[in-house]
Amino acid sequence: MSRESRMRENRASGAAGRAFALHAGAWWIWALGLATAASRTTNPLLLALLIGVAGYVVAARRTDAPWARSYGAFLKLGLAVIGIRLAFAVVLGSPIPGTHILVTLPEVPLPDWARGVRIGGRVSAEGLVFAFCDGLKLATLLVCVGAANALASPARLLKSLPGALYEAGVAVVVAMTFAPHLVADVQRLRAARRLRGRPDRGLKALLQVGLPVLEGALERSVALAAAMDARGYGRTAQVPAAVRHTTSALTLGGLLGVCAGTYGLLADTGAGYGLPLLIAGLVLALAGLHLGGRRSVRTRYRPDRWGARAWLVSASGVAVAALMIWAGTSAPQALHPPAVPLTPPALPLWPAASILIGLLPAFVAPAPDAGGAPSPQPTTHREETAK
Amino acid sequence: MIRFEQVSVSYDGAGRPALAGIDLTVPEGELCLLVGPSGVGKSTLLGTVSGLVPHFTGGTLRGRVTVDGRDTRTHRPRELADVVGTVGQDPLAHFVTDTVEDELAYGMESLGIPPATMRRRVEETLDLLGLAGLRDRPIATLSGGQRQRVAIGSVLTAHPKVLVLDEPTSALDPAAAEEVLAVLQRLVHDLGTTVLLAEHRLERVVQYADQVILLPGPGAAPVVGAPAEVMAASPVHPPVVALGRLAGWSPLPLSVRDARRRAAPLRERLEPQAPAAADDVPPGDGEPAASVSGLGVRHGHTVALHDVELSVRAGETVALMGRNGAGKSTLLRTLVGMHEPARGTVRVGGVAPHRTRPRDLLRHVGLVPQEPRDLLYADTVAAECAAADRDAGATPGTCRTLVSALLPDVSDATHPRDLSEGQRLALALAVVLTARPPLILLDEPTRGLDYAAKARLVEVLRDLAGQGHAIVLATHDVELAAELAHRVVIIAEGEIVADGPAAEVVVSSPAFAPQVAKILAPQQWLTVSQVRDALEEAS
Repeated sequence: MSRESRMRENRASGAAGRAFALHAGAWWIWALGLATAASRTTNPLLLALLIGVAGYVVAARRTDAPWARSYGAFLKLGLAVIGIRLAFAVVLGSPIPGTHILVTLPEVPLPDWARGVRIGGRVSAEGLVFAFCDGLKLATLLVCVGAANALASPARLLKSLPGALYEAGVAVVVAMTFAPHLVADVQRLRAARRLRGRPDRGLKALLQVGLPVLEGALERSVALAAAMDARGYGRTAQVPAAVRHTTSALTLGGLLGVCAGTYGLLADTGAGYGLPLLIAGLVLALAGLHLGGRRSVRTRYRPDRWGARAWLVSASGVAVAALMIWAGTSAPQALHPPAVPLTPPALPLWPAASILIGLLPAFVAPAPDAGGAPSPQPTTHREETAK
Repeated sequence: MIRFEQVSVSYDGAGRPALAGIDLTVPEGELCLLVGPSGVGKSTLLGTVSGLVPHFTGGTLRGRVTVDGRDTRTHRPRELADVVGTVGQDPLAHFVTDTVEDELAYGMESLGIPPATMRRRVEETLDLLGLAGLRDRPIATLSGGQRQRVAIGSVLTAHPKVLVLDEPTSALDPAAAEEVLAVLQRLVHDLGTTVLLAEHRLERVVQYADQVILLPGPGAAPVVGAPAEVMAASPVHPPVVALGRLAGWSPLPLSVRDARRRAAPLRERLEPQAPAAADDVPPGDGEPAASVSGLGVRHGHTVALHDVELSVRAGETVALMGRNGAGKSTLLRTLVGMHEPARGTVRVGGVAPHRTRPRDLLRHVGLVPQEPRDLLYADTVAAECAAADRDAGATPGTCRTLVSALLPDVSDATHPRDLSEGQRLALALAVVLTARPPLILLDEPTRGLDYAAKARLVEVLRDLAGQGHAIVLATHDVELAAELAHRVVIIAEGEIVADGPAAEVVVSSPAFAPQVAKILAPQQWLTVSQVRDALEEAS
């Protein structure tokens, strides 16, 4: 099959070949929209619905890439957050006055100066329910971030940064690719301890391989720096001194403006000059960034394009967030069901319906790998996991 | 294209210069091979071409290196990036991005090449290197040969006039190495690229070279000339050259094909003699050092080993061969209990390795991993030896005695990191031997070793086998397997596909046959030393 006809086929099926992949920024806006929505409610049914929506989209649209496999880790992290929150509620008590006492733990007597702190004591059902909903909210936030991480390669998002920020972006990308290497090194070295007849499990084993792992990471970063230098990283164009000075002035002035403006907005007085100052500062800083980009000779290879699908995906996230914020002001009771007295939470119809808008990407975003790139060969994959 | 004028390089604190008296020219469009024992400054010489020496590594460069008319003293590596493409020893350390296509484009982005040109060059390079099917693959999922090709491709897209490669085939299996060499051939022949490469495995590359630069010793002046001339006197040379020198062929053959055409008289002389059976394997009574039956191992969902049957007797040397990722390392690691068998049984010296405590297992089996450095934690050789004695419960001094036998001239205070590749391997082997395990496993022991270090390793291992140790080595090095192994086991896709006496298995396989076997087939000679002994006996 010629490349032409394969491309045509991809386009027909909406497959996520590189040319048709969704802009990474769209996925992040969508996910942050869901996260904003989650931060506006403690209704467990709505939160569960949000998790369901994010999970469904991830299941439908994630690729086979290594970063896509991180979703499971975020789910586990979410569960851990709920667990920790509940444990705190049990041990340290809860500010919620409850009448349904489940158990009474022995209370640790504390001296006078620690008044207000309680360890042990009564554990009420209301307190636990409140803690659970609170933990669930945090877990939902994590799951939303995890969804963005699984759907869009973080490296591709950084590629969309303005030219002046490029070098900072590369540093982040390199750091992110280092983390998996570091984990693999730790595993390999812990396994090697077994060969010396030392236990390969436990904290001590982990600590003892620390130094060799760091040494290895350092050597690798030096090798990478050499390779990047030899491949032309950091080549700069000659820029007239006037432009350089203007760039510095704009950026510094802009940042000052942003700081002062933010202070004005947050402080009680000065709300009048806060907003204009903030906007002016932002404009100056952006102009500085734009000018700074001239120093870099870089070009971009196949940057992500912001197409109709990207508009739809990001709009769906923004819509969910906006509707939930609006619902928060119009029907606060439904979004924050009271923990006292204990009542089963009700599913508010309109907020629930608005969350379902977040499912849109599962249908409009391009499907991964429909007749696209071949999946990794089992043999090479195997070698990787073996290491 | 590349000119060295009276170049010498010295690093601060080193007693003598790393390179001295380099005065030579590499003309455009040549494939130039840099050879020499370990530690003579091959990597330093390559570094001076890309400008990494001295701009990145420090040190003092005297004389002048020019590449395409640009002086590397005044041009930093990034300013040479459009003329020189450099690929280091470890391709993984070279990658900046996470997918194949981005990696190919990365260098061009840095050079500011217009997007339309970039797109065209990426497509061309994908085709040239046979990477089109891998374009969207994350780099972490590629095999060794594929990674090496992506690394070469990533510097090729910038259309450099010079390509500098440091040991591009050392870590690859024979087939993947041929893949990479075919690409280099194509670049030299079709695109007129000048290629300068350093390589220890001369048997793989010497026949492709137009010019050979030999660095005979540290700080010694280089010998430059046509491959056959240089090889005639070179201390490092592939088996085909050794056989040619033995038989007195002139000019020396460099490829199996050339040698075969001259070998008819030699084959006739050798006809009446059968090759001596490799070495005498002691009779197979008593319990085997290791026995594996019906073994299956899984990594997640992938099956790494399937229905493996293997038994190794005391005093026997077994070579495990097969392509990268076939399951050789997994089998070795299962024998030391790093992987739990999903099915089947593994017995090493009467115990099941994955259920035995590490400190007890130490006395039954020892593994020298692919990266011997993983075994070494201490910051001096003496401390390492003391720790090894403690771990093994051996009398203090046991390990140090072993080290002295393997590495006569290493002082107590040396940091393991400062040892050469071969010395580090010997130290790791000594650490493993401290517990006197009857079964010794080595994973890819000859990576990065020169011929001299390899010959020493062969002697040491023969000696160990003579003392009754069973040895299993996983290797891509067919010459090593031919020298050492009584038995060769070939693994493919996690299954054993061949298992038999070394001579029978390798002679019948085109990929795994050593050069001598290819030249003298159908007779079953494997090594030059066998032939030499036979000829001496005859005369």
